[in-house]
Amino acid sequence: MAAVTAGSGSGSGPAGSPEATGGSTGGGGWRRPHGPLQRYYGPSTAEAAEASPDPTDINGPHFDPEVFMTKVRNECPLGQLLAREAALGREIRALDSDMQTLLYENYNKFISATDTIRKMKVDFRHMEAEMDDLAANMAAISASSARVSAALQDRHRRGAQLAGVQALLRKLQALVEVPGRLRCWAGTEPARALRCHARARAVLRHYRHLPSFRAIEDESHAIMADLAQRLRTRLREEKLDPKELTECVEMLLQLEEPAEELSEEFLSQAGARLEAELAALEAELPTADPSGTATTPPPPASDILDFVDRGSSAFVGTLCQLASSYRALFGGDTGRLEPFAAALATRYFALLERRLALERGLGDTSLLVRALDRFHRRLRALLELLPAGADAAAALVARAARERVDRYLRALQTFFLGCLGDVRQALAAPRPPGKEGPGLPDLLATLAASVLGQLKAVLAYVQLFTARDVAFASLPYFKGEFCVTAVREGLVVAFVRWLCRTARGFADGPAERGAPAAPPALLLLLARLCLDYENSTISYILTLTDEQFPPQDSGPAVTPGPALCAEARAAAQRLLDHYVQVQGAAVAQMLRKSVETRDWLGTVEPRNVRAVMKRVVEDITAIDVQVGQLFEEGVRRAQSSDSSRRAFSVYSSSRAPGRYAPSYTPSAPMDTHLLSNIQKLFSERIDIFSPVEFNKVSVLTGIIKISLKTLLECVRLRTLGRFGLQQVQVDGHYLQLYLWRFASDERVVQGLLDEVAASAAHRCLDPVPMEHSVVELICERG
Amino acid sequence: MEDDAPVIYGLEFQARALTPQTAETDAIRFLVGTQSLRYDNQIHIIDFDDENNIINKNVLLHQVGEIWHISTSPADKGVLATCYNKTSDTKVMTCAAVWRMPKELESGSHESPDDSSSNTQTLELLCHLDNTAHGNMACVMWEPMGDGKKIISLADNNILLWDLEESSAKAVLSSSAALEGKGQLKFTSGRWSPHHNCTQIATANDTTVRGWDTRSMRQIYCIENAHGQLVRDLDFNPNKQYYLASCGDDCKVKFWDTRNVTEPVKTLEEHSHWVWNVRYNHSHDQLILTGSSDSRVILSNMVSISSEPFGHMVDDDELSDQEDQHQEEKIKEPLQDSVIATYEEHEDSVYAVEWSSADPWLFASLSYDGRLVINRVPRALKYHILL
Repeated sequence: MAAVTAGSGSGSGPAGSPEATGGSTGGGGWRRPHGPLQRYYGPSTAEAAEASPDPTDINGPHFDPEVFMTKVRNECPLGQLLAREAALGREIRALDSDMQTLLYENYNKFISATDTIRKMKVDFRHMEAEMDDLAANMAAISASSARVSAALQDRHRRGAQLAGVQALLRKLQALVEVPGRLRCWAGTEPARALRCHARARAVLRHYRHLPSFRAIEDESHAIMADLAQRLRTRLREEKLDPKELTECVEMLLQLEEPAEELSEEFLSQAGARLEAELAALEAELPTADPSGTATTPPPPASDILDFVDRGSSAFVGTLCQLASSYRALFGGDTGRLEPFAAALATRYFALLERRLALERGLGDTSLLVRALDRFHRRLRALLELLPAGADAAAALVARAARERVDRYLRALQTFFLGCLGDVRQALAAPRPPGKEGPGLPDLLATLAASVLGQLKAVLAYVQLFTARDVAFASLPYFKGEFCVTAVREGLVVAFVRWLCRTARGFADGPAERGAPAAPPALLLLLARLCLDYENSTISYILTLTDEQFPPQDSGPAVTPGPALCAEARAAAQRLLDHYVQVQGAAVAQMLRKSVETRDWLGTVEPRNVRAVMKRVVEDITAIDVQVGQLFEEGVRRAQSSDSSRRAFSVYSSSRAPGRYAPSYTPSAPMDTHLLSNIQKLFSERIDIFSPVEFNKVSVLTGIIKISLKTLLECVRLRTLGRFGLQQVQVDGHYLQLYLWRFASDERVVQGLLDEVAASAAHRCLDPVPMEHSVVELICERG
Repeated sequence: MEDDAPVIYGLEFQARALTPQTAETDAIRFLVGTQSLRYDNQIHIIDFDDENNIINKNVLLHQVGEIWHISTSPADKGVLATCYNKTSDTKVMTCAAVWRMPKELESGSHESPDDSSSNTQTLELLCHLDNTAHGNMACVMWEPMGDGKKIISLADNNILLWDLEESSAKAVLSSSAALEGKGQLKFTSGRWSPHHNCTQIATANDTTVRGWDTRSMRQIYCIENAHGQLVRDLDFNPNKQYYLASCGDDCKVKFWDTRNVTEPVKTLEEHSHWVWNVRYNHSHDQLILTGSSDSRVILSNMVSISSEPFGHMVDDDELSDQEDQHQEEKIKEPLQDSVIATYEEHEDSVYAVEWSSADPWLFASLSYDGRLVINRVPRALKYHILL
């Protein structure tokens, strides 16, 4: 607290006693962090002291030595008083020496100033006399100059007059010379003649009341009329390039020919020229054959880029040039120009369209894109003039792009059909014994990969149309509609749809009436392909497309992926069902023939399983292998271990009737099989030709069901002898032995075979079944 | 709704042959022929009492063999023809014969079913159709709308036209035609067209359907590969003279216009196994009945190719006086081709379906296990067609 008081009491003195300075800085350093606090609690005591006049401030204006002394005496201890006294003494001595130094310096300066003033007084007296002399001289000079100018005035006037006369004479001379010059220049340099005439014309008109001037004017008029005549002829007859044409018309305008007429002339002349250029372009196109294009025209000589280049540099360039000069010449009135340009541009578009139509096949897309780009860029200049053309041009480009995309779709389709052809060939190719051809998985992988690769390549080509450096890619059409309608829907979705439809076509179409049916392996392959599309490929393709051609939010509605997937799945299902039907029908046909052609009454006791049954098992095993290459195993219903050993029994007949329907009218002793009826009552109804699942077991079950049901129906149509029944028994047991493992639920096989056996027993004249052990023995031996 | 429930009748033998009594137009009567190799075969005459929902039956013995096909005379209620198997130890021969049933059964007697089994009666043989030179008989067709004097039978690859003389006591072969070609040709079924003065028949062999003119016995059209596999049955549209339905082992039912046989007019794929039988309703030809070895009977409504005008042309004036009827009419839209009902009362393959000749809304179906089911067209549809 003491240090603070000391600081505020004496620290601010100019002498800056060491302790006071230290206290002040120390207090400040210590005080600074507390600034905000202090501000909060109000102004500090030190600041309050400064605010009021302090009589103890030794440097302040209100210093009172009495008060100070009293205060010091009262407050300070002796040591401090002594130190203070010493300091004050030192301070006083220093002040004394300073004062002395100042006094000396000021004195010297004062002496030198006095000297200077004295010298100045002397110099001024001398200068006054010289100034008087100068004034007298100046007066003499002005007097003599006035005299000279008065003497020369007259001559000067005459000189000026003469110069004026000479200028006039020169002008007259020029006027007189005008006709001569005009005549001279009119032939060679009409522009110069025109300038000359323009200069002279005003004067001549002004002085035409003078006969000589009139003569000159008339003459020059005649010359100019002649010139105008010549220019007109030139305009009419000669082939002028645009620049000459512009000049010519400009001169005629200066000759005050009627603008209406001239603009017409100009346009007809320009039209002729543009026509010529269009004709040159047209000459490149093959002439349209009115009799119908029996022979395809030869491919165009130059590529499309060349054509567009030439068209745009020649035709579009000229048109722009002419249009701008027309504007310069005839002002803003474009009432005539616009229809003129529009008509020509339309013809140009038509020509280009025809040329584009010649771009058959796939050609080089980048070339086409560049050509279209160039066309579009060049046309921009023209579009300022002809705003209506913009739409037409954009439509043209869009059409060309769309056309190309359609071509790609067709090319993709052809490619796919080609791939399918290869696959068919690979499937049909005779294989050298012992050497397996390419497996179905390989074929599938090749097919899927090449189709996908082709699709990607096509997408990459099509992407050229929306590349950043292509001018027309910024058109709203190419940003939105092209991506969605043309590429996504028109190319990708259309292709996938077409693929599914084509695949389905193999199942729906040809098997119907005679046409060569697709080999079953192909059906299986396509089913797998469609299934793969449903599972992954479609979403992959769509994602890829959306990445490369980002759809607009507000764009037209797109076909959602799931809808496509559903189509693919339906196609796969249809194909697989058809596969089952075809294979089932093949096996069934074999069984049917074998049952129908055999004499079941007169057959001998069975010694063997019939060959056709072995064949059936072989075929089904082969189908199993084939399906297994492409489809997963699938789930089998759990089975008891001994089920395969189950006896293949023939039910005994003559059982009591059973009542199982509400309004069942019973009649006399029942001869139907109670057991089989009860079994049927509790087992599910088996649909023979029903849709299958996408796995091996389900497919095989379908085929086996079709085969066995056929066997059942065929046996029912026959009448069997005892050995016929036994043969059926043997065959059934054999099938049972080998087929159960393929089916998802062996009870289905068992049930159907039981029915076969029951029907056979029923159709038998002498139903004596074979010993089961014998049946087993024969089957094992076979 | 109670009487819409199916009525089921069980035969003790297996059976394939079913026919309505064609000449009978008042009572609902069906004939069923049984197949048994070890017992005497029977013909069950099934009378259905529509009002009481009761079946009455009479049994006739058919001792010559198991019956594969049965058909009734369109003129005489008591006359019928059967194709039956004559079995010897080493040979099976299918023969055909014309029979007369006892007089008292012609118009149906209402005996109680209990004592019927005791007094079975026997058919009276009228004549044999001698087929020793022609092979196995597949079916016998009566001339529709005729006087019951002409029949055609199909025997292996022959079409035989018989004249029944001396009140059916003698069958004279008047003309015949044979199908020539590679392989073993065999007719599976045939139908006599009720149109063109009954001068046309259609036959099926393997996958082919052929039309014949009975006057010249020449083929008039041929539908090659009508079905992917064997054709099982045919029927003519009773109201549209060129329309023909066929069914077969490819599970399909196809409708043909015989003037243009390159493509079927329509195809139905509802069954999940072979379709053995197809029948047009006699008066409302949009109703199609099919029976299949998937044990189902399906009733389909083929409005688009029927003789019925597509969509009712209802005269508004007729209905305006009755408000609610008018409203009902509004709800009623023209029906689309569709399956009306699938009947699943059978548990074995259905080999025969027939419409009743007396009641157009009633039909019978017969499955191999001897179950005969009588069903009706759903009432809603019936009213829709009638109103």
